[in-house]
Amino acid sequence: MARAAVSGRLGERLRWRVATLVGQRVETPAARTLVLDVPGWPGHLAGQHVDLRLTAEDGYSTQRSYSIASAPDGASLELTVQRVSEGEVSPYLAQDLLDGDLLELRGPVGGWFVWRPEQSEPILLVAGGSGIVPLMAMIRARRQLGVTTPFRLLYSVRTPEDRMYVDELQAPDPGLEVTFLYTRQVPEDWPRFPSRITEKDMAAVAWPPSMLATSYICGPTAFVEYAADLLVELGQPPDRIRTERFGPTGD
Amino acid sequence: MAIVSRGFQGRRRPSDHRLPPGQYETRDFPVLSAGPTPRVDRDAWRFSVVTEGNERRSWTWSELMALPAEDRVVDLHCVTKWSKFDTPWRGVSLDLLLRDVDTEAEFALVHSYGGYTTNLPLKDLLDGQAWIAYRYDGRDLAPEHGGPARLLVPHLYLWKSAKWVRSLQLSARDEPGFWETAGYHDYGDPWREQRYQGD
Amino acid sequence: MPEPAHHFQRSAHHFQHTPHPADPFADEPAVTDVQYDDAVDDDYEDGNALAGPLSELFAVDVVSAQGQCTGCGTTGPIAQLRVYGPGPGLVARCPVCGQVVLRVVRGTESAWLDLRGTVSLQFRLGADR
Ligand SMILES: Cc1cc2nc3c(=O)[nH]c(=O)nc-3n(C[C@H](O)[C@H](O)[C@H](O)COP(=O)(O)OP(=O)(O)OC[C@H]3O[C@@H](n4cnc5c(N)ncnc54)[C@H](O)[C@@H]3O)c2cc1C
Ligand SMILES: [Zn+2]
Repeated sequence: MARAAVSGRLGERLRWRVATLVGQRVETPAARTLVLDVPGWPGHLAGQHVDLRLTAEDGYSTQRSYSIASAPDGASLELTVQRVSEGEVSPYLAQDLLDGDLLELRGPVGGWFVWRPEQSEPILLVAGGSGIVPLMAMIRARRQLGVTTPFRLLYSVRTPEDRMYVDELQAPDPGLEVTFLYTRQVPEDWPRFPSRITEKDMAAVAWPPSMLATSYICGPTAFVEYAADLLVELGQPPDRIRTERFGPTGD
Repeated sequence: MAIVSRGFQGRRRPSDHRLPPGQYETRDFPVLSAGPTPRVDRDAWRFSVVTEGNERRSWTWSELMALPAEDRVVDLHCVTKWSKFDTPWRGVSLDLLLRDVDTEAEFALVHSYGGYTTNLPLKDLLDGQAWIAYRYDGRDLAPEHGGPARLLVPHLYLWKSAKWVRSLQLSARDEPGFWETAGYHDYGDPWREQRYQGD
Repeated sequence: MPEPAHHFQRSAHHFQHTPHPADPFADEPAVTDVQYDDAVDDDYEDGNALAGPLSELFAVDVVSAQGQCTGCGTTGPIAQLRVYGPGPGLVARCPVCGQVVLRVVRGTESAWLDLRGTVSLQFRLGADR
């Protein structure tokens, strides 16, 4: 089981592993899921990430972090990469890879932005753009284990076609409530103008402070700062808010 | 040895220039930051020099602007391995600013708005090797590149060219600065690849 | 000094700059009045991104440890620090006062870890970590 495997690495520092790309799925016009086979993968917790190391022919090398999208179920590992325009690494990962390519990775890492199945409090997930990825791992872990803890997801994207995992999120999953927000363009007949997340949007999904829910917020840095401030203003205790910032949006 | 990522290029392009060892050419101007970007009002801005005998000399923004400026085209070498060629700057030579400063000091600790520091030998700031630069590529220097003014010492790795420069503290002793206390080289010559302590 | 906060999560929009101890101009008003424009400044990640680099040095997960900032006394998980970098090194700052809490530099054959901005780190040694 994942947990036993994770503690199995106590006393052993992490090393780089070689993963093989065994499949790809198009999630949105700009995002792709990479299915990796990682021999000896020790298992992971929902919310953890890996560091990928890319090396060019002449030895130039660079690293980036990517969250694990798949539930902790052993065999294969899935990452979802959203292409950032002018980015150095994400366009390569999201459009240039072929099945059979090798990737170097280190992980799983990060013991704080994680959801553990034994947590019994209600959960609020707030995603901006590619920030959905680690939160999706939490939703998948919950479903896989048949846990009934109530989950709410508030997912902010620019346009309807930027939603990842949309079929899976719209399939019935008792105890999971999903709300989409659009910042640039809304679907037809949508009752709300495109706008960034407001206090009203957040108030509609935040659990009452007395329920001692935990909130997980993930996405571009500016989105996370803004959403975390809204939750604090709505009375959520700051130490029940966990955040993960992916960096600047670049626009 | 790392495995090669098939077809991965990175942002680099082949270069026609002579590169210091381990460097790659870039055409854009990457912004590296160790903290938030300070915004310094020109009215409050000062550049100061303090000697080992605690004698101070300060210039306001308008005093700096009144001094003769030099235009220089130089190559930049960042310790994170990018080099950028033929960058056009305008600034005041430190030869001019240090001309009337009476000192026996051998080293300078550079202080910046925002708290950054870096150390270098005083002689590397003289003889036409260093400027207080305030224009880049025909425009006022942008805050993310160190504006209103930064130190420019192009013959050393770029972390020595402190952004948001505020003062020089002259001393007989070489006191390590922000990156130099965390493993980076005290001198930082790109042609000798002096990146880390011990290089 | 800013009000001590009890948790790193509270985002503070104006850091107060603490001058270098040896700074001969520490008393000049312009030195302490530096403004940071948060509206345009989102060029950082957070302490979660330190998990990989620190896993090279430590066998336990450092980002879930509680750290206390020497600048303002706030305590919170390392995961909630603001992280600038990655080059020349990773610089983790207190989100309340801006003080550098931790730095990591990865050289070719060595790594440097600077913890001078941390009073202490508290690790939970629960069975499942
Ligand atoms: C813990 C963690 C987990 C992550 N998980 C995921 C994930 O699951 N999926 C995912 O797609 N991404 C994830 N990311 C983000 C990812 O690591 C990369 O940052 C992202 O893919 C962009 O990398 P790049 O090389 O393409 O872009 P880079 O070349 O690094 O450039 C980033 C872009 O940001 C912009 N930019 C850079 N600097 C500035 C600046 N100073 N001002 C304004 N804009 C700027 C530019 O537009 C640039 O194109 C995660 C990040 C972290 C820290
Ligand atoms: Zn602090």
